[in-house]
Amino acid sequence: MELILALSIGALASSGVWLILRSRTYQVLIGLSLLSYAVNLFIFAMGRVRTEAPPILKPGVSGTLANYTDPLPQALVLTAIVITFAMTALFLVVALAARGLTRNDHVDGRES
Amino acid sequence: MSLTINHLVIAPILLPLAAAALMVPLTERQRMLKAAIGVTSALASLAIALVLLHFADSKPPSATASTSVYLMADWPAPFGIVLVVDRLSALMLTLASVVVFAGLVYSIARWHSVGPHFHSLVQFLLAGLNGVFLTGDLFNLFVFFEVMLAASYGLALYGSGAPRVKAALQYIAINLAASALFLVGVSLIYGVTGTLNMADLAARAPFLPESDRMLFESGAAILGIAFLVKAGMWPLGFWLANTYSVVAAPVAAIFSIMTKVGIYVILRLWLMIFGADGGASADFGTGWLLAGGIATVAFGSIGLLAAQDLPRLTSYCVVVSSGTLLAAIAVGNAGVTGGALFYLVSSTLAISACFLLIELIERSRMPGADVLAVTLEALGDEETEQDSGDPIGIAIPATMAVLGIGFAACTLLLAGLPPLTGFIAKFLMLNALFLPGGAPDGVPPAALSWTLLAVLLSSGFAIMISMMRAGIRVFWIPIESEVPSVRFLEMVPIVLLLFICAALTVQAGPVTRYMQDTAQSLHTPQTYVRDVLSEPRVTPPSPKAEEAAQ
Repeated sequence: MELILALSIGALASSGVWLILRSRTYQVLIGLSLLSYAVNLFIFAMGRVRTEAPPILKPGVSGTLANYTDPLPQALVLTAIVITFAMTALFLVVALAARGLTRNDHVDGRES
Repeated sequence: MSLTINHLVIAPILLPLAAAALMVPLTERQRMLKAAIGVTSALASLAIALVLLHFADSKPPSATASTSVYLMADWPAPFGIVLVVDRLSALMLTLASVVVFAGLVYSIARWHSVGPHFHSLVQFLLAGLNGVFLTGDLFNLFVFFEVMLAASYGLALYGSGAPRVKAALQYIAINLAASALFLVGVSLIYGVTGTLNMADLAARAPFLPESDRMLFESGAAILGIAFLVKAGMWPLGFWLANTYSVVAAPVAAIFSIMTKVGIYVILRLWLMIFGADGGASADFGTGWLLAGGIATVAFGSIGLLAAQDLPRLTSYCVVVSSGTLLAAIAVGNAGVTGGALFYLVSSTLAISACFLLIELIERSRMPGADVLAVTLEALGDEETEQDSGDPIGIAIPATMAVLGIGFAACTLLLAGLPPLTGFIAKFLMLNALFLPGGAPDGVPPAALSWTLLAVLLSSGFAIMISMMRAGIRVFWIPIESEVPSVRFLEMVPIVLLLFICAALTVQAGPVTRYMQDTAQSLHTPQTYVRDVLSEPRVTPPSPKAEEAAQ
């Protein structure tokens, strides 16, 4: 399971980086989204990958990490998702504005 | 007293946020009301910052409780989010408020009517900046970074137009990628150490097991890249000149503090975690910071000499200033850091004034006049010598004279020539570099000192050459002599910023003492760590007893 998670994070991150380096704003946008998915999964994985361990306290079970999964990275992921989502939306608007002003969707505003 | 101070700590974040929220529903017709709210909020923020500055300075640097810690929701330190005021944060808060105030006042004359929501965006930016300077928690730092960046995206786009949108597109893309790195770094560090509190992190870092150290250091390095992108270090800072040279003038003036945010975080985190007490990780990344800083100064100087218009020239001054600070911090000597702090304040104020000033100057000139002047210079065209028969020259109009004096003052400040603060700051850095009094363990090797000396002086020389060339071109060889229409309100912030620099020069003694104390406490982070981790909870039933106990 660790291997699958690591591979998928790696695949997402590398495709994201490759797309960011492309010259069209839409590709950059998708690249940034993929990169943020990779980052979110990565934060999640930093709380250690465990199954059948809840992140909230249960009555009668002692509150150590042996019985639970770390809830903090899950809270961090939530914040990170919201922020990156908002920023990606903003980037999309700016990309559209640049498309309208420069009449093409190259990141430099001109074909070359 | 400690109770009021404690609640003042969160005010620099809440106040601009409340002001911004208040302004959002107002229509653009009520622009003057918005401006009044914005300026009031900036002034109040400045007043609070000054109170905090006074408070932070009232204790000797080595004493316990030299910091003021605010436990949010009354959770004790490693578990909840803390806000911390020490000398460095108080200094940065003051600087941010001053720069934002200057930008706001300048914008009232003309710029704030160009587009919607200018004042709200500035207040959100101020809230984000203050939050970054106050927070003692790594993830909270990310959140405030994003608040600040989100507002800065809006401000970078302010005024619209193809060049701004193009530059903002790249600015946003780079900062989003840097934010992704920030998150990767934060989560790696959390995965290894199990804490996000900066003080707790500094306490735990020396005792990490060897097997985890590499992960921890890679996390810190990835995090560092995110901050260095913000600070504009050489291979990561190509966005800077492109963005800063096209944004609206008051926005550029306010942005002059934004590169210093990266520097602030490096000062805070790097010195705390990888300082002398860092255990096996002590001095991690010193070489990179130093080399990066020097490369940044070199890149900035070359950019300066090649710059053909004033906004670009000033943007490269920002690059040079960042590089100088990075290299000076990397020396890891408290005296040099003290000088660097002085330089940080002086260069931020000067760059801010310069961005405002050049917009006024540019107003009178044709677009492309600069390129024309450079071409004339290169071709050695002598035809510009007009009415040579007339022995009496044309008197320089008063506006141009004031602008010229302001420009000269900015040049002196940025190039580091006497008598203004730029010189004092550089002198302090070099003095500490060669005569490290009282700190024999921090003596840098001589070669390093000489390299830094050469870098500092030659960057100052490059700034002087390019600014003098620009000044001569603008003030002495008018291609078409039209006096710019300058409103009184637009001169006020420039004069104010330069006046602060002059005041800092006159009061150099106490200011230097403050900077040295700040540097001293940054280089001995144990007090900070202890203060944060031992801050008692304010138990609601008996706040009096708490106060008596302190």
